[in-house]
Amino acid sequence: MIANIIKKEFKELFVLSTIIPIVVIAIVYGAVGNMIGNVQETMKEKPIIGIVDMDDGTFSDTAMSVLTERAEVIYDGGDVEEGLEEVRQENGVALLAIPENFSQSIYANQPGEIEIYWIMRGAGMMDSISSGTVEGLIQGVNQEVSKELIQQDTSSDPALILAPTSRVETTFFKGKEIEGVSPGVLGNMLMSQSIVIPIVIMMLIIMAGSSVISSMGMEKENKTLETLLTMPVRRSHIVIGKMVGSALVGMIMAAIYMIGFSRYMSSFQGSDINLADFGLAMGMQDYLLVGVSLFTALLAGLSLCIVLGTFAKNYRSAQALIFPITAVALISAFIVMFKDFDTIPAVLRILVFAIPFTHPMMAMRTLMLDNYALVIGGIAYTGVFTVVMVWVAVRIFNSDRLLTGSVRKRAGLGKLALGFRRR
Amino acid sequence: MKAVEVKELVKDYGNFRALKGISFEVNDGEIFGLIGPNGAGKTTALRTIATLLQITSGSITVFGYELPKEAGDVRKIISYLPEEAGAYKNLTGRGYLNFIAKFFGEGERFQSMVQRGLEIANLGDRIEDKVDTYSKGMTRRLLVGRALMANPKLAILDEPTSGLDVVNAQEVRRIINSAAEGGTAVLLSSHNMLEVELLCHRIALINDGVIVATGTTAELKNKYSAGNIEEAFVKAIE
Repeated sequence: MIANIIKKEFKELFVLSTIIPIVVIAIVYGAVGNMIGNVQETMKEKPIIGIVDMDDGTFSDTAMSVLTERAEVIYDGGDVEEGLEEVRQENGVALLAIPENFSQSIYANQPGEIEIYWIMRGAGMMDSISSGTVEGLIQGVNQEVSKELIQQDTSSDPALILAPTSRVETTFFKGKEIEGVSPGVLGNMLMSQSIVIPIVIMMLIIMAGSSVISSMGMEKENKTLETLLTMPVRRSHIVIGKMVGSALVGMIMAAIYMIGFSRYMSSFQGSDINLADFGLAMGMQDYLLVGVSLFTALLAGLSLCIVLGTFAKNYRSAQALIFPITAVALISAFIVMFKDFDTIPAVLRILVFAIPFTHPMMAMRTLMLDNYALVIGGIAYTGVFTVVMVWVAVRIFNSDRLLTGSVRKRAGLGKLALGFRRR
Repeated sequence: MKAVEVKELVKDYGNFRALKGISFEVNDGEIFGLIGPNGAGKTTALRTIATLLQITSGSITVFGYELPKEAGDVRKIISYLPEEAGAYKNLTGRGYLNFIAKFFGEGERFQSMVQRGLEIANLGDRIEDKVDTYSKGMTRRLLVGRALMANPKLAILDEPTSGLDVVNAQEVRRIINSAAEGGTAVLLSSHNMLEVELLCHRIALINDGVIVATGTTAELKNKYSAGNIEEAFVKAIE
């Protein structure tokens, strides 16, 4: 008896329309994972650096031997500007400059200063991995210099032995020169843009999208759609009305979610960080652009959902149709969180641009760096995407498809599969 | 002016032909019935006239408006009640009538429309309850009220008494008669042959996508020497 029920449930649920989206999404996740790259492999790779050594003392020799052994040194000269240019061209992480009084300072019980010029290419969580490996190099230099100090028995200050070097940092990030900040610190400061915003937008899309798809499923299940379609109202108004109604519901739900989530995230962040101090402030027009980007992306997502919703036969099948939207929103959020648009492979960049949801996720971070072209281009693209999707939805609303479903043609029988049953 | 003129209407679903060139007319203020068994093409014909389905070939005009070109104008003067229609379950009966009435007018027109809907539905205090709590008969009465409250020039009713008990079915038939007396043309479908004798001024017998005979019930019974419409239908399709 139970087997009979299990068999019936399995046959009802294990259908092509539920399997295909999962297979497609699994393939996309796999492909995205491969394209983004493996964190462990990146960690194992030697960081690409440049070195400017202006000191010919004992400790700079120690530092140099550590750096040349553990890193791929693509510049070893005496000019910082030239070295920076080389590091930029060779996709390097940083240029380390050892000033001429490095060893002398350490002998004088003062930490030897290392100047670090970071080249930061992206603000995603994975973009700071290579700078982390350079941080490891500096630790290595410190250890070797400490050993040297102990071996030389110079009666040095214990504090100096524990921390024999100090650093002066400058980070070059997309045309901006930010002094006194490492990529790791900068990445943490941008955490709200990297994590909170993508997650909030992802939730907004999923919640608003599921509202509109469910609404279509319920209209069919409750047999209210036919009546609605005979009302003296334009089809485009029905489509837009459903979209805007769902957008409002989605925004309220996302706002509630956001309150809790932002409280959660604030526990990880310092409260004294001011991005404006580092030239990363946003003006009114930037916030306006973020708002427009969010609004157009939401409409784009909802227009796509309403097209998907036309395939729903009832509330249950509508739930299955929400899955592709959820998966695409998740993929968008993960890509934006882990990688910067500029640091992902070209194929993935096209995919990221093509997904309308990614644009507001990236907008704030992009505008901080004055990349208006990407944001405005994204708004234009999502606008066009929305218009096309609304047009497709209106076409479907004007066709028989909404009421009769798909028509299966069987050779010889010539019978109507779904529509026939419904007549 | 004719309420409805259907000429050589063909409707295909993929490679299945549901309507095979049917023609009929409905006069103003007339109750016209499309009568036939399940799967004969009644619902397809009604949905096509109600602007829900596309025409494969042939023509349809509703009070002079041509479909599909003037579908927007047609929707302003018709009202369609599907066989398995439902109402929004999270609304009250009154809320549902309000929602629909807003499509047709504002102010006084809106108020009088809702009032008429309430009278037709005749649900008493239950009109303030959510539709979710209604019985099938109550929901159908609400939907009939919805369909006729706007005083449509043409009411298209698909199996209007389907699934109702004798008392509710009789009440719905009374409402339809009353609407026709008020000047509304009614095009309805039914497979209940007895009902159409009670209700329709003229009928068309439809079978397998083809209209086999049209006329008053008396004319058809006389033509096929039948005691009732059921018998006339069987003889017509032989």
